[in-house]
Amino acid sequence: MKTHTNVSLTLQNLEKNFSKVQALALSGVSLHFEVGMLHGIIGPEAAGKTTLMRLLAGLLAPSKGTISYSIDGVVASEFETVRPLIAYMPERQSLYADLSIKEHLDFFSKLYELTPSEYKEKQERLLSITRLGGFLERPAGKLSGGMYKKLGLICALLRSPKVLLLDEPTNGVDPISRREFWELLYSLRQENILMLVSTAYMDEAERCSRAHLFQEGKLLFSGIPSELLVKHRAKDFNELFIKQAEQRVC
Amino acid sequence: MLEVRSLSVYFGDFAAVKKVSFKVSKGEIFGLLGANGAGKTTTIRVMCGLLIPTEGEVQIGDTIFGKNNNGNNNNSAELIKSRIGYMSQKFTLYDDLTVEENWKFAASLRNMNNGIYKKRCDYLNQWLSLGDRTKQLVGKLPSGLKQQVALAAALFHNPDIIFLDEPTAGVSPYARMQFWNLIKILASEGKTIIVTTHYMDEAENCERLSLMRAGEIIALDSPEKLKHSTFPHGIWGLAEEKIPPCLREEKTLSMWPCGLNYHMVTHNLAHWEDLKKQHPILANATLVAPTLEDVFLELVEGRSR
Repeated sequence: MKTHTNVSLTLQNLEKNFSKVQALALSGVSLHFEVGMLHGIIGPEAAGKTTLMRLLAGLLAPSKGTISYSIDGVVASEFETVRPLIAYMPERQSLYADLSIKEHLDFFSKLYELTPSEYKEKQERLLSITRLGGFLERPAGKLSGGMYKKLGLICALLRSPKVLLLDEPTNGVDPISRREFWELLYSLRQENILMLVSTAYMDEAERCSRAHLFQEGKLLFSGIPSELLVKHRAKDFNELFIKQAEQRVC
Repeated sequence: MLEVRSLSVYFGDFAAVKKVSFKVSKGEIFGLLGANGAGKTTTIRVMCGLLIPTEGEVQIGDTIFGKNNNGNNNNSAELIKSRIGYMSQKFTLYDDLTVEENWKFAASLRNMNNGIYKKRCDYLNQWLSLGDRTKQLVGKLPSGLKQQVALAAALFHNPDIIFLDEPTAGVSPYARMQFWNLIKILASEGKTIIVTTHYMDEAENCERLSLMRAGEIIALDSPEKLKHSTFPHGIWGLAEEKIPPCLREEKTLSMWPCGLNYHMVTHNLAHWEDLKKQHPILANATLVAPTLEDVFLELVEGRSR
């Protein structure tokens, strides 16, 4: 894999419905995601965040519209070209409760066919930035919520992805673990990875370079967090969502 | 209304809760905060009568349970179960049952007779203005309404104390605001509310907060007083890219990311002035209002950074 590969992503009128009787899970979403930025997919439950992540990971097919990945400026004609560059971390990640951190890394390094030297270099770097090095022998089932999420992330990062899709990685973890997780994401910004992070924590919108706000399957707003707040005269994203809801009620 | 006295819980040699004491008044909204493993859930399990403490006792009204002074179990916990309601974000309702069926099930667990059930059903239906939505499957309701229905299920037996475990996790800000309006009405009617949450903006709704670390209470006060006592000199905010790298190694300065800025705290104003002379860029830092998350990070994680 070339290390200088840049991947960007464009959505055109993306739509997903799971049944004819239910409301659309996603409707009319058009967005462009630039590499090197931390993109937040922000919204409450049932906003369409997980559906979007699963579509982008190739686990679901759109009902309408297009998802175009570009590699170094050239649109990939086949999703299979992009698939090896993508790492997807679902909200409820299936790690093996009885396997230790070390055993997980060994397992995933074999899965991704890393050479021993590649594995050694990546393992050292990832354990250092996640501060999991002191817990190598601890089984995943005995890790705290925050450590479990970090293990999921480093397993995903072992394959050196160029697109990182993280579905609610900080859900249910305490504020300290949340902060550590975001510091970890900041440290990855230098690595030319297209990062999309979904969250229902409104305050996390302000930690992203670009915030994309969703509600009930629709894109409400998209832009630089501080500019969005100024534009909509809201002190934070909670207030912005409340204002929107009140306008709809009226 | 509720008092926890010198409560300790050991699992083998591990002290999950250590000598915890606090009082909660009737009609108060009281929050229990702490990192994972701080002892919040263990404390709540004792207060609900689900776990016998190793030491200490709980008093709810006139009922005392736990260990008495002779170290014997006082098993009055059964008496208080009818006075307690519990609502969790994770599992309180069955999606494949209607609102009414869920409520009926909750009432049957409390051996409620049909007459009382109907009265409570009418009362709660009116309170939440649900109308015919009580006939709908819970799985088809929007998440905000689901939370209100779950709250009603916890209120069916008209408890005095209501425990809320991350009650609005994942719910939209508007629905969350509506939910907390309901909670404030309940508190104004004399219900005592005990909340545990990782959402700091949810914790802002509490009148007092108790912050736990490693089984102990390390702070207990109103949100505003906690902010002021933790940061008497305020917090300085500066954009991340403007922070000189060497400043990150500065041991006398607490520093953490918040939004796109870094929040910085020093407990010695003279030292801050010295730092500004060494790093003129710090003159661009602005005083920002501390958040509860700032308080949490500072008190729970310590000032070692």
